[in-house]
Amino acid sequence: MKETRQKISGADIFFECLRKEKVEYIFGYPGGAVLKLYEKLYDVDFLQHILTRHEQGATHAAEGYAKATGKVGVVLVTSGPGATNTVTGIADAYMDSIPIVVFTGQVPTKLIGNDAFQEADIMGISRPITKHNFLVRDVKELAGTIRKAFFIASTGRPGPVLVDLPKDVINSVCEFEYPEKVEIRGYKPTFIGHQIQIKKAAEMLKKAKRPLLYVGGGVIMSGGTRELYLLAKENNLPVTMTLQGLGAFPGTDELALGMLGMHGTYWANQAVNSCDLLIALGARFDDRVTGKVETFSLKSFKIHVDVDPTAIDKNIIVDLPIVGDVKHVIAELASEMDEHPDRSDWWKQIEKWKKECPFELDANDGKLRTQFVIEKISEKTKGEAVIVSDVGQHQMWIAQHYKFVYPRSHLTSGGLGTMGFSVPASIGAAFGIKDRPIISISGDGGFQMNIQELITAVAYKLPIKFIVINNSFLGMVRQWQELFHAEKYSFTDLSKSNPDFRKVAEAFGLAAFSTDNPKEVRSLLDEAFAINDRPVFIEFKVVKEDMVFPMVPAGASIGEMMTKRLNPKTMV
Amino acid sequence: MKHTISVLVENRFGAFNRVATMFSGRGFNVHSISIGETEDPEISRMTLVTSGDDQIIEQVVKQLNRLIDTIKVFDLTGQPRVERELALITVFYQKGTRPELTNICDIFRGKIVDINNKTLTLEITGPPDKIDAAMNVLTQYGIKEIARSGTVALKRGEQSKTTVKISSTTKEKVKQ
Repeated sequence: MKETRQKISGADIFFECLRKEKVEYIFGYPGGAVLKLYEKLYDVDFLQHILTRHEQGATHAAEGYAKATGKVGVVLVTSGPGATNTVTGIADAYMDSIPIVVFTGQVPTKLIGNDAFQEADIMGISRPITKHNFLVRDVKELAGTIRKAFFIASTGRPGPVLVDLPKDVINSVCEFEYPEKVEIRGYKPTFIGHQIQIKKAAEMLKKAKRPLLYVGGGVIMSGGTRELYLLAKENNLPVTMTLQGLGAFPGTDELALGMLGMHGTYWANQAVNSCDLLIALGARFDDRVTGKVETFSLKSFKIHVDVDPTAIDKNIIVDLPIVGDVKHVIAELASEMDEHPDRSDWWKQIEKWKKECPFELDANDGKLRTQFVIEKISEKTKGEAVIVSDVGQHQMWIAQHYKFVYPRSHLTSGGLGTMGFSVPASIGAAFGIKDRPIISISGDGGFQMNIQELITAVAYKLPIKFIVINNSFLGMVRQWQELFHAEKYSFTDLSKSNPDFRKVAEAFGLAAFSTDNPKEVRSLLDEAFAINDRPVFIEFKVVKEDMVFPMVPAGASIGEMMTKRLNPKTMV
Repeated sequence: MKHTISVLVENRFGAFNRVATMFSGRGFNVHSISIGETEDPEISRMTLVTSGDDQIIEQVVKQLNRLIDTIKVFDLTGQPRVERELALITVFYQKGTRPELTNICDIFRGKIVDINNKTLTLEITGPPDKIDAAMNVLTQYGIKEIARSGTVALKRGEQSKTTVKISSTTKEKVKQ
């Protein structure tokens, strides 16, 4: 006799699915179309719902959680404005390949297309910024769809998946069965790299006199940092990392050349342009990395390892593509290596570049500078903290001066460049990571873009350190205005219109500090780090006009770096 | 260079839209798209005519493959294939020109499918350049309206969908 299951509501099925997916946290905001889900949520005990103050905050928090832990971040919001408010976060997750599943409420299926109250075509809106999206039109499809959503988000090249849930689907009932297996005939990510290609890569690496590893975020996502470390160490290979790759290899190690690209180190960029073998691992030759593509690393044989075939030959034509899981390919490649040629000349050359153009030391004028603050934070936390940066000058200075020791420690909006990312993303990270300090660092501009989420951190007593680098300017835009736009500081000066950040933070209930004195930085950090029962706010008032150097101007070759401030008029 | 790309996609809400969105979002050219159900009602075949250099076409194919609803992508360019387009062309006629138009229609192996006291409608099928040639000739008589289907194509000798599992419903149909 066939077993008959009890019929349960779509809302119950929803939570049973999340239980099966071992979801620990939902970041969300209630509203009309998801009331039934929130009714059930009231009694759910196997996961915690985190109430943010804006749906964008919820999405960034899910990203922060996902990026810090490697698990899938989950968002639940209502229809219409709730759904459209998630768009920036979804686009951000798409650009940086972060696995999140966003559940949006929707008006009842009968009303879809009728301009109903709080209706938005979130399927249409989110199509180009999601890895995939689903509209559940029948409660019988709900469990299978949720299973697929988590599978698609977390496998292959990860990314955001949106599931649109009409109100009537959530309210209707059916038997619940969670599918054991997922079978999507159009989706079969390649996992194992091509054996012959890997052997060829190993032969190239054995012969190479000037090899270079160019490491992107894919190494961290695939969990291949240990394999990378062994490959680099055993073969004495220099490692340069992208913004998202920082932390994949210890920044303190002698083999680490730091970041490459627009604000990368001089020596990393010189190495890229002089190497005879460039091995790109889980990176995508982004325009901020390559500069002018016609002059990018012309002398090298290029090997590109990536799980996403579309990343290969998109911006730079490579000589040897390997599609597959980066961790797996690195391990295979390392196992093929049995020769270790002498590369002391190559290392001598790199050391020479390092001496030629080190990071410029701060002018010794007693004023507070961002680089100094970042160095002090790096020292204080021994490079072991989770740093959640925002977008702009401070972001680049963090990339240059914070010595990341662990993977999943540098959380930043790299692809989309979303100001306002740091505050909510750090909240998500704080739920995922409890044993290391979580430090959110923003500029005074970006801090105000999701400042409402400070209360979320206070409400959940998260011991996050919220640091604002305040130069009273939209600094990176100001830098471009000075260098390339005739010094017209158009709408970037916030000095007369910024709030008193310390007072704002206090009003939200944070312990708050502020200083403009370099001598106080160390003691202030000590004081702030001693507080662990609630969030802390620290404002560092830095000089206004500092610029991030070295710099490759947009469209220039990465071999042509501006290493210091020049008279703008002579720069054309 | 023009490429004819055949794509099998899930016959599902939004699948066509995903392809169209991807083309516009990534700035790829589209000369024509046509789509219709296959013998398996769960699968549609889309025929796309696009253009670009080799690197762009490689990206087009990869990006199509990357869509979750895409089952299989074939670049038919340079392969033996049958490529057809259908056009319905309504032209004006006068007393004297009607035989000429009938004649032109015959030359292009077309059919006259509608007529009234001012216009007649021709149905012409063939490779896109044949349609272009017919349109060229017909322009002098005054074209009132035209509808072109866009290219559809199949590889020669291809057993359609050998690579795709035939769904159970189709199997049953085959048995019957």
